[in-house]
Amino acid sequence: MQLLYEPEQHAPAPAAGSLTLDARIPSGPIEKAWDKTRFEMKLVNPANKRKYEIIVVGSGLAGASSAATLAELGYNVKCFCFQDSPRRAHSIAAQGGINAAKNYQNDGDSVYRLFYDTVKGGDFRAREANVYRLAQISVNIIDQCVAQGVPFAREYGGTLANRSFGGAQVSRTFYARGQTGQQLLLGAYQALERQVDAGRVTMIPRTEMLDLVVIDGRARGIITRDLVTGAIDSHVADAVVLATGGYGNVYFLSTNAKGSNCTAIWRAYKRGAAFGNPCFTQIHPTCIPVSGHYQSKLTLMSESLRNDGRIWVPLEKGDKRPPNEIPESDRDYYLERRYPSFGNLVPRDVASRNAKAVCDEGRGVGEHGLGVYLDFADAIHRLGRKTIEERYGNLFEMYERITDENPYKIPMRIYPAMHYTMGGLWVDYHLMSTIPGLFVAGEANFSDHGANRLGASALMQGLSDGYFIIPYTIGHYLASNKFDKVESTHEEFRAAQAQVADRTRQLLETKGTRTVDSFHRELGKIMWDDCGMSRNAAGLETAISKIRDLREQYWREVKVPGAPAEINQSLEKAGRVADFFELAELMCLDALHREESCGGHFREEHQTPDGEALRDDENFAYVAAWQYGPEPRLIKEPLTFEYVHPSQRSYK
Amino acid sequence: MSASAAGIAPAVRPLRFWQTTNGKKAVMAVSGIILAGFVLAHLLGNLQIFLGPDAFNSYARTLRHLPELVWPTRIVLLLMVTLHIWSSLQLAVTKSEARPIGYAKNKPAGSSYASRTMYWSGPIVAAFVIYHLMQFTFGVGGTPYHPFDAYGNVIEGFRVPIVSIFYIIAMGLLSLHLRHGLWSMFQTLGFYHPRHTPRIKRLASLIALFIFFGFISIPIAVVLRVIPQVL
Amino acid sequence: MKLIFHIWRQPARNAPGRMVRYEHSGLNPDMSMLEALDVLNEDLALKGDDPITFEHDCREGICGSCGFVINGIAHGPLAKTTVCQLSLRHFRDGEELYLEPWRAKAFPVLRDLMVDRSAFDRIISSGGYISVPAGSAPDGNNILVDKDDADRSMDAAACIGCGACVAACPNASASLFTGAKLSHLGLLPQGQPERNSRALRMVAQMNEENFGQCTNIGECEAVCPKGIRLEVISRMNHDFLKASLSSR
Ligand SMILES: Cc1cc2nc3c(=O)[nH]c(=O)nc-3n(C[C@H](O)[C@H](O)[C@H](O)COP(=O)(O)OP(=O)(O)OC[C@H]3O[C@@H](n4cnc5c(N)ncnc54)[C@H](O)[C@@H]3O)c2cc1C
Ligand code: HEM
Ligand code: HEM
Ligand code: SF4
Ligand code: F3S
Ligand code: FES
Repeated sequence: MQLLYEPEQHAPAPAAGSLTLDARIPSGPIEKAWDKTRFEMKLVNPANKRKYEIIVVGSGLAGASSAATLAELGYNVKCFCFQDSPRRAHSIAAQGGINAAKNYQNDGDSVYRLFYDTVKGGDFRAREANVYRLAQISVNIIDQCVAQGVPFAREYGGTLANRSFGGAQVSRTFYARGQTGQQLLLGAYQALERQVDAGRVTMIPRTEMLDLVVIDGRARGIITRDLVTGAIDSHVADAVVLATGGYGNVYFLSTNAKGSNCTAIWRAYKRGAAFGNPCFTQIHPTCIPVSGHYQSKLTLMSESLRNDGRIWVPLEKGDKRPPNEIPESDRDYYLERRYPSFGNLVPRDVASRNAKAVCDEGRGVGEHGLGVYLDFADAIHRLGRKTIEERYGNLFEMYERITDENPYKIPMRIYPAMHYTMGGLWVDYHLMSTIPGLFVAGEANFSDHGANRLGASALMQGLSDGYFIIPYTIGHYLASNKFDKVESTHEEFRAAQAQVADRTRQLLETKGTRTVDSFHRELGKIMWDDCGMSRNAAGLETAISKIRDLREQYWREVKVPGAPAEINQSLEKAGRVADFFELAELMCLDALHREESCGGHFREEHQTPDGEALRDDENFAYVAAWQYGPEPRLIKEPLTFEYVHPSQRSYK
Repeated sequence: MSASAAGIAPAVRPLRFWQTTNGKKAVMAVSGIILAGFVLAHLLGNLQIFLGPDAFNSYARTLRHLPELVWPTRIVLLLMVTLHIWSSLQLAVTKSEARPIGYAKNKPAGSSYASRTMYWSGPIVAAFVIYHLMQFTFGVGGTPYHPFDAYGNVIEGFRVPIVSIFYIIAMGLLSLHLRHGLWSMFQTLGFYHPRHTPRIKRLASLIALFIFFGFISIPIAVVLRVIPQVL
Repeated sequence: MKLIFHIWRQPARNAPGRMVRYEHSGLNPDMSMLEALDVLNEDLALKGDDPITFEHDCREGICGSCGFVINGIAHGPLAKTTVCQLSLRHFRDGEELYLEPWRAKAFPVLRDLMVDRSAFDRIISSGGYISVPAGSAPDGNNILVDKDDADRSMDAAACIGCGACVAACPNASASLFTGAKLSHLGLLPQGQPERNSRALRMVAQMNEENFGQCTNIGECEAVCPKGIRLEVISRMNHDFLKASLSSR
């Protein structure tokens, strides 16, 4: 029997080796780049817009805003999501806030500063032109959202309030309590529903994209499975937008929603779209530690906690005394010790790595020794319980609800967790992938965050892609190409549809002895151990072979109950996990090839004497774009820094 | 924003209003208040029974000699009862249709008994009113009736224990109905205030209690013979 | 710890369903209710039985996917907590739990504990928005918003669209949900231009969807995981009456 996981099983990518990368970055001064591009773009005659069909997969910040805006412009839009309602997209979970260079606080912020901070924060692995555009557009996003009725926090005078976030020196973060993502998404969702009412968007929820259809080298549609009836359908379009979010769930345990998956972008990759920097993942330092093997996901505790909490572990390994009985002399406030100037406020990647280090030394706390204390005793002593309650009341409640421990009395236990994926499908300045007509927005593209994302910048990127970039660039694409009519009966559609049906049947008929989750857990463990916070060649190599074995076993021994033509959540999971296996391998490959440490990617072989990330700008100042084939092929997009000059990040 | 812009043909607006359950609900509120208002007035009138036969009868007589007051009142009451009941019945239908299959286990998480029993207390009160009218207005209630001796009618009526008991039960339900209804109508008509609404609730309960004890004081007084039993 | 579940099993939309008893020991008090079902499902899957279908995604109490009735209370006994955040700690060892889907004509059961809540989306698309095309917005600070209004608007906007209010309401009314959206937008200056038409349309749509009528019982408020207050219902009534009387 031929195993499905073997690449050959899938439609071959466009003639391997044919691929070259043109990022279409406009020449001239960076401040003018976006204006220039917009001016040079071809426009679609308003009367003709309704003649075009556009598919948007995803209804998160990026998807909902694209779909709504494209419909406003007059295009016919079909929007898909796997949840029962577009409003439930994972963007809903974002807490902290969204950045914008408004400089409302008059503290010296500017488009240029936001641009600078983001390029530096990304450890010089992002594209300058994109980041600059992001910073420019950030300003319009806030205006748009306010007008939509997003209830941002306000000052008594009625103006918009800001807070500083993620270690930024300026207050540029806009927020709506601890539910910024929810409120921004509801704004986009409502704009989307307005277009549904106007009949310009057909919203198709509870439907999962399982393949991309490419005809004559252009993206012309998708294959979907109706999650209620199980029906497998073809949808034709003139352009396809993927806004399907991040792939953090490769690690099984992450702060992502359970449904978040890589299927859409992975299918696109296998159809020829290059995958950018797959190994660039972000691990968030302050999450609630795992409490048991049954654990299904990890909960994020806002970064803001680090403003007042002090992080420590016992000095001696295996010290099992309850925290309050451990005297100051036996405590190690390791961040304050190692980074006197930044202390507990070092960036996410640094904080995470150090937590792992102390736990690896056996000094971790909690039942499983995988946790460090985040202690508010001093803060409460200094500021009074009242103030702490005002600042973190709701977070403390959430913590107590989950752990049953009172953080006012016992120090919180926290541990890093998989949180965000900077990597994703490679896109040019127009957010178009290497497949003409396939656009990628939000966390799903390899984005503007380089090797590390700063807090409150993903919401910004998702909305700028959706409201302000894709609507223009798609117009240009449509105006500069002729489209001959394609029917869903076209053999490419038929073939793809058959493959999808095949694959589902395979999964159901394997009738093995292990559940999907048990495999996913095991895969997650491999990735976390060898391709997580810190990586090394040996580990990555073993990981790759372990993953291959496990994947082989998966197709032999997975047990997927139920039938194809009904609601079957196990089947949904099974398909997603099958893709995670393949992506996981590519992530390891990418991590292995990148012989340097940068941002979230820490190679133990490449560190400064005092254990900090050591970049190699000589050899690795490029985007690693992987092209699918019997063996993944690496294509490099060199990165040049004309405005922000690469420097060693130091937080000592 | 004009109604037509909201997709509503102006001509049919009143109908449209009535068609929405919220519209019916408003009608119920308004009719409810008026009915409640009558009940209060009626109670005050009835309490005069403690001033003795002559006082009470003269009160009843004065009423009868003021047709220009009585008839409009009756017509309004009749209209209100009709509207109130009609809308409540229609809402009762939507209610039953809205949940075809009930729960195996059911546990209130924080609502008052009164609020959950409006569709019971109401009809029973209505039934009571019908009997009540037969008894005291048309004199066909099965208890002795003398057209011009309201006082006597009441005394003799309540001498029959079962009648008194029925009254007391009915009053209980009426006050339950009003305990919820009297604050609920503010909510229905769109008034809510974090400070005032709790007060309104308390007031509603007080009025409900007053109505309960006020009314039942009469049958009880009769049964315990604490008011003159002259016939 | 051990729990005895009685769970509504229904294979498909119009198929008949029934309560089925499952006993599970070896649960951990720190588990969430959904993790308990995960464990139960793993067993069922290995036995070759169909796992229990239940909706979930974020498991952080924010997406509004999850939700079912536990022993007669929507989202279970713990106030302001969705089932995904409800840990087993709050139940006695050996306790019997009855798990039922939301019950309402407007929310047909699709399978087991999963229902179709698309009626909520249709209520929003009937007018639950502010019409402002991308790019047409003035500077954010040109619109000043009274902090108090902003806060109350945010209180209402916190609704996660889970449907517990409908499930708990003896009349299966969607008033708390609809009122929450009308309040969120109606309390903001940006929401004023469309305020009347919004109220008329959303109320009309709510009626189209076969929800029952609110009689101010208050169960919805008691079970709402986001603490949405009855105030939003009276504001909806207010806006609806005002719009009905004032509209030309
Ligand atoms: C707990 C948490 C807190 C965060 N806090 C912040 C913060 O404070 N600030 C910040 O800037 N960022 C934050 N982030 C990151 C940010 O929320 C995400 O990066 C961003 O919301 C991603 O949006 P998106 O539109 O790209 O994707 P998503 O919002 O994930 O949407 C994905 C959409 O694609 C659909 N989809 C996926 N696969 C398929 C398929 N195969 N077929 C059909 N549909 C599919 C889904 O249904 C969904 O609608 C946070 C992330 C997490 C997990
Ligand atoms: C068949 C008879 C009746 C029925 C079925 C009935 C039913 C109801 C119902 C269902 C409500 C709505 C409760 C709410 O929305 O809060 C209500 C409200 C009310 N009822 Fe009745 N009722 C009846 C008779 C009466 C009578 C006889 C009175 C007065 C003596 C009365 C007074 C009120 C009042 C004051 C309200 C509050 C208005 C409101 O909240 O909408 N009702 N009734
Ligand atoms: C102990 C309690 C009550 C007593 C003793 C009482 C007594 C009376 C009497 C004597 C009459 C006849 C008046 C007349 O025709 O001269 C009357 C009429 C009436 N009562 Fe009552 N009543 C009581 C409670 C109620 C209640 C609770 C209601 C309503 C919920 C009610 C509604 C009416 C109505 C509608 C009439 C007719 C008025 C009319 O003729 O227009 N009564 N009552
Ligand atoms: S109002 Fe409360 S209960 Fe109802 S949908 Fe919104 S959050 Fe859920
Ligand atoms: S419970 Fe139902 S009756 Fe109204 S107040 Fe809540 S919707
Ligand atoms: S799963 Fe998202 S709210 Fe419970």
